[in-house]
Amino acid sequence: MTTAPAPAATREALGPALVRLQRAGADIIVVDADLGKSTSARAFKDAYPERFFTFGVAEQNMVSAAAGLATLGSTVFATTFAVFAEHAFDQLRMSVAQPRANVKIVASHGGVSTGEDGASAQSIEDLALFSSLLNFSVVVPADIVEAEAIIDAAVANDGPWYIRTGRPKLPVVYTEGHRFRLGKADMLRDGSDLTIVACGLLVERSLRAAEALAKDGIQARVLNMATIRPLDVEALEAAARETGAIVVAEEHLVHSGLGAMCAQALATRHPVPMEFVGVQNRYGESGTWDEVLDIMGLNAAGVTEAAKRVLARKR
Amino acid sequence: MVTTASTDLKVLTRRLRRHIVNMVYTAKSGHIGGSMSAIDIMAVLYTRILKHQPNDPAWVGRDRFIMSKGHCTPAQYAILAECGYFPVEELASFRRKGGRLQGHSVLGKPGGVENSAGALGMGLSFGLGIRLGMRLRGMDNRVVVLMGDGEQDEGQVWEAAMAAAHHEVDGLIAIIDRNGIQNDDFTANTMRTEPLDEKYRAFGWEVRAGIDGHDHAAIEETLRWAYSVRGKPVCVIFDTVKGKGVSFMENNPGFHGAPPSDEQYALAMTELADAEGTR
Repeated sequence: MTTAPAPAATREALGPALVRLQRAGADIIVVDADLGKSTSARAFKDAYPERFFTFGVAEQNMVSAAAGLATLGSTVFATTFAVFAEHAFDQLRMSVAQPRANVKIVASHGGVSTGEDGASAQSIEDLALFSSLLNFSVVVPADIVEAEAIIDAAVANDGPWYIRTGRPKLPVVYTEGHRFRLGKADMLRDGSDLTIVACGLLVERSLRAAEALAKDGIQARVLNMATIRPLDVEALEAAARETGAIVVAEEHLVHSGLGAMCAQALATRHPVPMEFVGVQNRYGESGTWDEVLDIMGLNAAGVTEAAKRVLARKR
Repeated sequence: MVTTASTDLKVLTRRLRRHIVNMVYTAKSGHIGGSMSAIDIMAVLYTRILKHQPNDPAWVGRDRFIMSKGHCTPAQYAILAECGYFPVEELASFRRKGGRLQGHSVLGKPGGVENSAGALGMGLSFGLGIRLGMRLRGMDNRVVVLMGDGEQDEGQVWEAAMAAAHHEVDGLIAIIDRNGIQNDDFTANTMRTEPLDEKYRAFGWEVRAGIDGHDHAAIEETLRWAYSVRGKPVCVIFDTVKGKGVSFMENNPGFHGAPPSDEQYALAMTELADAEGTR
């Protein structure tokens, strides 16, 4: 009998993964804006102090300097909180996205599950911003195992990436050795009645929703859409054709995140009824991380209800 | 190709100025004023100081020139073409459909353009990153960043100034083309940034200010000094004249981003004519 792994935060993957990859021969440089303890990047500083540069609380300088560092051939990881990465949007656009700089933005404390810090610290628009930057790969891990696999993939692939990690300790979905494939949805459960497309912490919650639905005789397919850009439109189209209804669940504003991008992709390929679980036209507030998620309806019950709504429209 | 110490800078810079006026006149858009104020500094740098190989723009042993005031591409393309990075004839494609020479600097287009720019205030940070990477690799090359004085309004410049001093980055040389005019008006009327020299000094930089940015000998002497400084980043503030070389453009805020009329063009080319001709 094996015991379930202890809950862990996706942000905890970064530092140890970078140390491991550097030790294995990668050429990694980490830049930081005074949040290395929270993002876990400090582990890399402890192991490779000469390869770690702090720029203080100055994200714009950090991002442009990261782009400059990358011109010499290193893979440069720039780390801060998601809301503060947004602070450097123009620098990301001109210095990183347009020249396809090999800079990986790893932004922790993504989404509303930052909790107690309140609305200013809750990024509900970062996926929209980074998806609007051409050449960026935009990725949200479902758990710490996938987060670590994503860091590996980011080092193996040239070009700009945005990786959103989170603060709360989450149940682990994947087993060790899980291989992440950029731009490929991962079907965690098959079903024929509808498809739930989710990213981040909504993946595990959607699996729980699928179990609840199964008790009512509803078979839901669950896709982990960890890659927001480039979106796996083939998997989406197959889901639409084969299940005829789609729910998208994410920790982001619904009008500009994964759901909106899925709807746009399906509109020209195979439109089906869709429902969207996400942040609905509001800013967050303080509370524990799961309280704030409950306030927003970002839980298994919210996904289950959306599934029932979309099934009613499917008939 | 003009990369040797024997280059006659007087002749070269008149030719460069004719290129600048021609490009902006032909494109019917572009930034003459700040190109004319910076071109003497750039000519001296590229022909006397900077380690570079125009036939191999990606040469690993090169110094890096970062054009932070990315609207002054007429100056940048003119000197790159005269150095031999690409044919001088290509300057006629400036800002034209299908060409490489966009209105603002784009990294790698053409080879020799080391950064993308246009949004101001980012070049010093970008250069700082390059220099940190060079230091990590044990490379002794310099990174020279050209900024405008209006650009000093941008907060990011000061983030970079702090960080360069904090990390004790030498080999990073900030040049300020202090022509006193920005987009809408004189800099003194737009945002008071002076005293720039004292500010950079207070931030921990080695500073020289008050140098005539159109005196080729003074420019060369100052840049050689800047190249020699160890232990600290260096800031050189050159006093320049916006629109320098054409009487009615000089110190005239009307020639920041506007092309000359047909009459103004003819007059400018007459003023810039010499034994080499008028083109």
